Amino acid sequence: MDQNSEKLLAKGNEALAMAAIDSGCLLYFGYPITPQNDIPEYLSKHLPALGGEFIQAESEIASINLLLGASATGARAMTSSSSPGISLMQEGISYMAGSELPGLIVNVSRSGPGLGGISPSQGDYFQATRGGGHGDYRMIVLAPSSVQEMYDLTCLAFNLSDKYRNPAMILADALIGQMKEPLIRRKCGKMDLPPKDWALTGAQGRKPNRLKSLYLQDGELSEHNWKLHQKYEQMKKEEVRCESFLTDDARLIVSAFGSMARVSKTSVELAREEGLKVGLLRPITLFPFPEKALYELAQRVKLFLTVELNTGQMVEDVKLSTDRDAQVYFYGRPPGSLPSPEEVLEEIKKVYGIEHSA
Amino acid sequence: MELAFKRPECLIDIPFHFCPGCHHGIAHRLVAEAIDYFKIRERTIGVASVGCSVFMYDYFNVDVLEAPHGRASAVASGVKRARKDRIVFTYQGDGDLAAIGIAEGIHTANRGENITILFANNGIYGMTGGQMAPTTLLGQKTSTSPYGRDFTYDGYPIRMAEMLATLEGSAFVARVAVNNPSNLMKAKKAIRKAFQMQIEEMGFSFVEVLLACPTNWGMTALEANRRVEEEMIPYFPLGILKERKMADYL
Repeated sequence: MDQNSEKLLAKGNEALAMAAIDSGCLLYFGYPITPQNDIPEYLSKHLPALGGEFIQAESEIASINLLLGASATGARAMTSSSSPGISLMQEGISYMAGSELPGLIVNVSRSGPGLGGISPSQGDYFQATRGGGHGDYRMIVLAPSSVQEMYDLTCLAFNLSDKYRNPAMILADALIGQMKEPLIRRKCGKMDLPPKDWALTGAQGRKPNRLKSLYLQDGELSEHNWKLHQKYEQMKKEEVRCESFLTDDARLIVSAFGSMARVSKTSVELAREEGLKVGLLRPITLFPFPEKALYELAQRVKLFLTVELNTGQMVEDVKLSTDRDAQVYFYGRPPGSLPSPEEVLEEIKKVYGIEHSA
Repeated sequence: MELAFKRPECLIDIPFHFCPGCHHGIAHRLVAEAIDYFKIRERTIGVASVGCSVFMYDYFNVDVLEAPHGRASAVASGVKRARKDRIVFTYQGDGDLAAIGIAEGIHTANRGENITILFANNGIYGMTGGQMAPTTLLGQKTSTSPYGRDFTYDGYPIRMAEMLATLEGSAFVARVAVNNPSNLMKAKKAIRKAFQMQIEEMGFSFVEVLLACPTNWGMTALEANRRVEEEMIPYFPLGILKERKMADYL
């Protein structure tokens, strides 16, 4: 390990907060909600000493708008919350996307609908990957599956957000946020980023900058939407990240993300021990979604099993990606009970058996 | 010969879109004059709200950010926390600040954010076509209070300046009008003072400006101007409600 790295035992939420600081994000705005309170607690302790700003806002609505304002100056800034709070932020996220503002939004999601509960859930997949608020836009969405990834993907999220001038989201849940694991805290990787010449810093020696999402002139808004669309297309070309695990000879591919991928990976290992040719395709970027990787797999693998902590959301993207070249099955667990690796294995066997009997 | 009167440097030389007799243009000019006076144009960031005031970026020759409806004070707080050496102001109407954005407004004042809010109170939703506002007077007919505002259904008009003046975080709170030269001069002074408070890092400053909206009040410009004097000022009294001295700040 080099001098810039440090090995720690950390909670996922703390790892994320450390990555924010290591990414140069010294501005945090948020409102308390379980199960992500370790993030504001860590940052309220550490940001002031670093010359940063921490505001416990009056609501998630204020939090996202404080973020919008801070990001508009070109500074790195973030907010974090959990599902009901993220719902309240949707208006602001839409404005950020429309005004092309970067910024990190963390959703350590909980279960819904409504007040739901605090148990792990992946019920916010649609909200995260379809934009979530009004209008035709997307966020960059990264789904960590370990404490180390809470750190690494947060670093990446800040970079991608700046690169594309687009809000980015970390979508985790209580399992990843609250779990303690070894963490290697290495300096966040630098990326070549365009200068923020759009930032509002005061019009000194230049024309005033404007950051807005209102376009009323004939054709203007249509052009703006096409411009945003081009960005999302570029993300699809350049930013897809996924993990392929034992897929080379697989006859069945399990697809799962985040906490559920963590459980499913063990199930795949158990299946292998029993001689079943099963692999795992884990989307790390939920938007852009690994469509191509799934499509290519579907040219030789005919069985897919999507496992989610909900009643079926990402499975729609798996079906779209495999484009009817494969049979896509679904195993879902609504919030309240996390399946064991053995339970997922049983589902794998059922689907695997379908192929044998066919 | 010295030029006695000119367009403020901070105001772009294009015609306002505001209706004839509307007071927004006067209020805009007073803000621009204050920015010119302190020579802070190149380090000022404006935050536009939603309503007739949204086109602020077309008129002010400063960096401008557009906030979602009601959120201008939270957005401005974010700007200021990121760039403490910049001068940050919002220009918000009564729907924006006193209805949908009242929580953000109160908490921004309570945190003592070192920003300036210009609150344009004309007692009606201008941009959307004359609906009832939180500051619509009792008995006043609007497109959504066709029988006149009735407190048993609609509650009472909110006095924002008085409410914000009770908060410890507020450094300067004033209410002004621009309906006659005397009030205009006081308004000019108050707006200038508000920016001065921010420059001196005294904390949150707030100026409520009573404005006429002849179009949505269904009046001529002159009638609307008279209504400010006869109906609005009696309910929304003018004056400085709070002015923090350096002594009580320290």
